[in-house]
Amino acid sequence: MRRIGGSLAIAYAIVLYGFIFLPVIVLVLFSFQGTLFPVPPFNGPSLRWYQAAFGDARLTAALGNSLMVAAASSGLAVVLGFMAAFGFARYRVRGAGVLRGVLAAPLSVSYLIIGMGLLILFNGLGVPKSLLAVTIGHVVINLPLCFAILYSQMGEHQVNIERAARDLGARDWQVLLYITAPMLWPALFAGFFLSMTFSWDEFVIAFLLTRFDTTLPVEIWNLLRSGLSPKTNAIGSVVFGVSVVLAVLLEAVVLRRRTQS
Amino acid sequence: MSMPLAVIDKVSHRFGTVDVLKDVNLEVQQGSFTVLLGPSGSGKTTLLLILGGFLTPSEGRVFIAGEDCTLSPPAQRPTTTVFQDYALFPHMSVAANVAFGLRMRGIRAAERNGAALNMLRLVGLETQAVKKPHQLSGGQRQRVALARALIMQPQVLLLDEPLGALDVKLRRQMQDELKTLQKRVGTAFIHVTHDQEEAMALADTVIVMNGGRIVDWGTPEQVYSRPRTRFSAAFMGESNLLDGIVAKSGKSEVLVSTLLGEIQLSGEAKAGEKINVAIRPENLKLQSGRGARLHLGKARVCEVMFQGSFKRMSVRTEGREPLLLMLRVAVEESAKVGEQVDLYCRPSDFALLRE
Repeated sequence: MRRIGGSLAIAYAIVLYGFIFLPVIVLVLFSFQGTLFPVPPFNGPSLRWYQAAFGDARLTAALGNSLMVAAASSGLAVVLGFMAAFGFARYRVRGAGVLRGVLAAPLSVSYLIIGMGLLILFNGLGVPKSLLAVTIGHVVINLPLCFAILYSQMGEHQVNIERAARDLGARDWQVLLYITAPMLWPALFAGFFLSMTFSWDEFVIAFLLTRFDTTLPVEIWNLLRSGLSPKTNAIGSVVFGVSVVLAVLLEAVVLRRRTQS
Repeated sequence: MSMPLAVIDKVSHRFGTVDVLKDVNLEVQQGSFTVLLGPSGSGKTTLLLILGGFLTPSEGRVFIAGEDCTLSPPAQRPTTTVFQDYALFPHMSVAANVAFGLRMRGIRAAERNGAALNMLRLVGLETQAVKKPHQLSGGQRQRVALARALIMQPQVLLLDEPLGALDVKLRRQMQDELKTLQKRVGTAFIHVTHDQEEAMALADTVIVMNGGRIVDWGTPEQVYSRPRTRFSAAFMGESNLLDGIVAKSGKSEVLVSTLLGEIQLSGEAKAGEKINVAIRPENLKLQSGRGARLHLGKARVCEVMFQGSFKRMSVRTEGREPLLLMLRVAVEESAKVGEQVDLYCRPSDFALLRE
């Protein structure tokens, strides 16, 4: 009886992981397809579609745009989140609870609503659909995340350390730069790379806020509209690969910190 | 006496509706070792934070080296602070910690690192310069914090319970080091503690605080043997407290009538006033001699406890209203429980107390 239960559990696990990973495996597998269509039977492996993808100026431009938007929006979200967290942790702010809630609120709002809201706002302000607009959109979704991570890491035990630095002549910006930020380095790193992964494959906001220059997910969607091609698989595999790298970096930092403390 | 280095002038402080300091006045002399002693909540740390510039007092003013510093930030005062938890920069090496203040002053790397090494040599840590704080022991971290503060050449070094986190043995050792260091550098130290033994071992001047007020002050000897208030008599170690009524009042002397008879005391009080007098257990003797000529009457031994270097004895006086008194007597003293003894003391061993 127990053996049946055990094999059932194993079968269930296989089905579950298969459900999660099979599409990705199929996507990656058929990116190495040698023929024109990403459907069985598999002919290959061949790198011709990778060559095609990296030879496509629109796709490589979109890839560059995506990296730029991800890096810029994540950097900005970390800096702003850090300063907001420092303010709430170190100063008495009137209505701090409500303000913190408002700052974290975008976490619970759908990207579609945020994207539409920004679209209407930018229209009103005369900000054109652009990479700048989507960068701002990604700051909106990543700032609450960075704030939450950093605020949770700012403890009372750092207050005296900052006091000591001030006592020794450090100005406010020097305290932030030389003392507070280095002490929170793992949290800053985690916030940055988590934001990178979210920004990297975000579609809805990027779709709504860009027109000519666009990010990779939007460009892939454009490709898909003209039918299936192993080229889409190839570029999709690249997107997946970058996400994996970011996730591994993040995990390495978080795990390293756990083993240290 | 020269002009005081630091002056606390009528300082009061409130946290919300709580009075933490009430009209505190204090003068600290150049090159002195001052200890602020009191239980937690007595306001001693608040006073230190006000001296350091981390708090602005609700009322009153702070002068350091002749200048009104009441509103100056910490960096613009000739003070540095050693915090209770050391507050070392965890991500910097020991040498970088010590050199941090000079770095903020814009001093070149070569020069400030040389100065940091000299400072580390002074506290005996020159071989630990490249380590990170978490690789050091508690006592070593303590010394790094001292070096980091002293490299700024402050006129006043403020220490907030710097030995509180160390175990007893290390604490006694660090006390000696701290005292030696203070003599060597000649900086005025103001040191906060709740440990009266530490206060007596370190201080030139002890300031006893309770409930936001200064309740006693003076050399450790003065505060120990001639406390001014009930609180400091009890806080500075064991003491026998007696109720009394002032029978006669002279210029600087009073005659107090107590259950142990009439006692002549120096001090000021009005005739008829109810007061307390205190005497330390070691000042009550079972024999006359060595100045202990005042006979306090007879008593019966209730309890004797051997304590190593002395015996603790409690006795009950005879009479209509018996009194329980504590004594510290020599180990050779042979009086047994139930035996009758005579009590003697020097007249000057009694201290007149105020509330």
